[in-house]
Amino acid sequence: MDIAPLLKRLSEANGVSGYEHQVRDIVIEEFGHHADSVRTDVLGNVIALKQGDGSEPRPALMLATHMDEIGLIVSELEKGFIHFQQVGGYDDRVLLGQEVTVHGRQELPGIIGARPPHVLPAAERDKPIPHDQLRIDTGLSPDRVAELVRVGDLITMKRDLVELQGGLASGKALDNRASVAAACVCLEELARLRHSWDFYAVATVQEEVGLKGAITSSYGLQPDIGIAIDVTFAKQPGTPDEQTFELGKGPTISCGPNFHPKLYEALVEAAKTLEMGYQVEPAARVGGTDAVALQISRAGIPTGLLCIPLRNMHTPIETVSVMDIQRTGRLLATFVSRLDTDFLDSLVWDLGLDDEEE
Amino acid sequence: MLLEQLSNAFGPSGSEDEVRRLLARALKDKVDDLQTDALGNLLAFKRGTGPEPRLKVMVDAHTDEVGFMITRIEKNGMLGFRTIGGIDSRLLMAKRVLVGDQRLPGVLVAPPIHLTKPEQRNKVTPIEQLVIDIGTTSQDEAQRLVQIGDYAVFDTRFQVLAKDGLRTVKGKSFDDRVGCAAAAALVEDEYIVDLYLSFSAQEEVGLRGARVAAYRIEPDMAFAFEGTICDDTPKREDVSPTSVLGEGPAITVMDRSFIADKRLVRLLVETANQHAIPYQYKQPGVGGTDAGAIHLAKAGVPSVAIAVPCRYIHAPVSILSLNDYDNLVALMKATLHALPEEWPA
Repeated sequence: MDIAPLLKRLSEANGVSGYEHQVRDIVIEEFGHHADSVRTDVLGNVIALKQGDGSEPRPALMLATHMDEIGLIVSELEKGFIHFQQVGGYDDRVLLGQEVTVHGRQELPGIIGARPPHVLPAAERDKPIPHDQLRIDTGLSPDRVAELVRVGDLITMKRDLVELQGGLASGKALDNRASVAAACVCLEELARLRHSWDFYAVATVQEEVGLKGAITSSYGLQPDIGIAIDVTFAKQPGTPDEQTFELGKGPTISCGPNFHPKLYEALVEAAKTLEMGYQVEPAARVGGTDAVALQISRAGIPTGLLCIPLRNMHTPIETVSVMDIQRTGRLLATFVSRLDTDFLDSLVWDLGLDDEEE
Repeated sequence: MLLEQLSNAFGPSGSEDEVRRLLARALKDKVDDLQTDALGNLLAFKRGTGPEPRLKVMVDAHTDEVGFMITRIEKNGMLGFRTIGGIDSRLLMAKRVLVGDQRLPGVLVAPPIHLTKPEQRNKVTPIEQLVIDIGTTSQDEAQRLVQIGDYAVFDTRFQVLAKDGLRTVKGKSFDDRVGCAAAAALVEDEYIVDLYLSFSAQEEVGLRGARVAAYRIEPDMAFAFEGTICDDTPKREDVSPTSVLGEGPAITVMDRSFIADKRLVRLLVETANQHAIPYQYKQPGVGGTDAGAIHLAKAGVPSVAIAVPCRYIHAPVSILSLNDYDNLVALMKATLHALPEEWPA
């Protein structure tokens, strides 16, 4: 499957947390190619079911990949210029000089402008400008801006996806559209592989503002196992060696308190079966992915996490390896196809009582 | 639209080839002579219709833009760089660029905020610590595609923002491709004076092209066209906007590089008034233009600078009003028509 066109479509679609409609339409279409059914829920999560061929009642695995992106929101209009606040977390320093789309009564191109260095006092030239002092310029008259833009309108970064050398792709919102693309790969693989479990692929909403979509969808589906796919930090200049992973060397598989150890082992096993590159991501703290919500849904769900390494996270130049996305999808599909009726039993904690009886 | 092509073209100081070619193609059938010189200036000549000796009028616009030069290739395949011309280091992070003759896409990397210490977030990252990532993972791989000394520019596309009203457009390098487009538009008319257009290289690194062009042309007077600072966005403190978008071409009386010839300033203003063409004065003392080099050529050249206000110059993307552009062309054409056979009269 050549996923480059799909990745471009997903990346360039807009969908700030809570306003995912544009990307949701694409996900419904793409998940629909291989799923038995696709629906949405109250919060706007997309839930695709690919039925297993085991006998009923079948156990179910839920995959969570969030489809929302961080963005900006209009906070005030001043003489035709737009003040804004953050939805999610951009580094203020990357905002200056970016092109954006203001989602008003119509979509307006805009620029986050800066006073030129020629007119600035020396002391200001090497200080970042906090976002509440930045403004968006649409090039329209104040009257026209007032007519088309209201406080509360959403703003997204405007960046097309571009291919770099070595099979890398760079653009906006690859956190987490790269993972949504991996979910599409997984669904396509599962169309070829037999699997006895039911497989729910869920594109969740509002992850960036507190995992909201994962909370409600996992409650609704009540799966036996939950797996999230998200992005993780790739190595790049200026980052610590320890918390970062190689780009292009395969997905990371997370271990730590957020994850069921047997599930972690089974994911590693699946990667080994495929003779596929993978990296171990130790997570001593419970992190910020949908896996955090999955694990404590209802009475608790054994949870796992796969991550795609990504450079420049939370900027409009997020960069991933396309091969890593494909590997992630294939790894999960293989894992799902290997699930049998005994697997759930293997997740039960061994109390060691059998040994005592002997 | 020529402005659109010029804005999208790749042309940092010293590598103006693409801009030069676009202009040569646009002008070749409309001028009497077209030549280049040692620095890469493109010099176009349009003979006047008046009796000899005719006044020699030079109109200058610079072809180069601010950009980057690759200065090192790191072991991990990333590219170190220096800026060419005055680029604000505050706005480099997380931008897209095009590198080298192959125009390879690259990104100016920005470490994730999650892994950035709070004290670093309040500091602008020095240029020496920034790199361009084109996706190569080793020095060898990068060296097959990029050489030290290759140029790079911001990857920004021209677009119309407002079709009516202010008729704003956005794009990169309006400083000074808007001047190039306006100067090229002057050849549509016939004048009694000889018109020398100098599309000058290397303005952003010290007004270098215009200096030698003016020496060669030896004009009686010179007009430098610019895309100038426009700081008219709302501000808390009361400071000059330098120039205001949409209020007409901005005439320079004095900047950091020269004091304009008063007679030429008066000629422009009187012509504008006579033809009801809007104009404004640029805030004195700010910025510099090719006129700074031209007015000192040989025994000296009476010079003035006139500019289209551009918001966010030297940034990846600027905004200008096509009304200001049209009025610059109209004012300069009217001024060329208003020139007597001898000047000063």
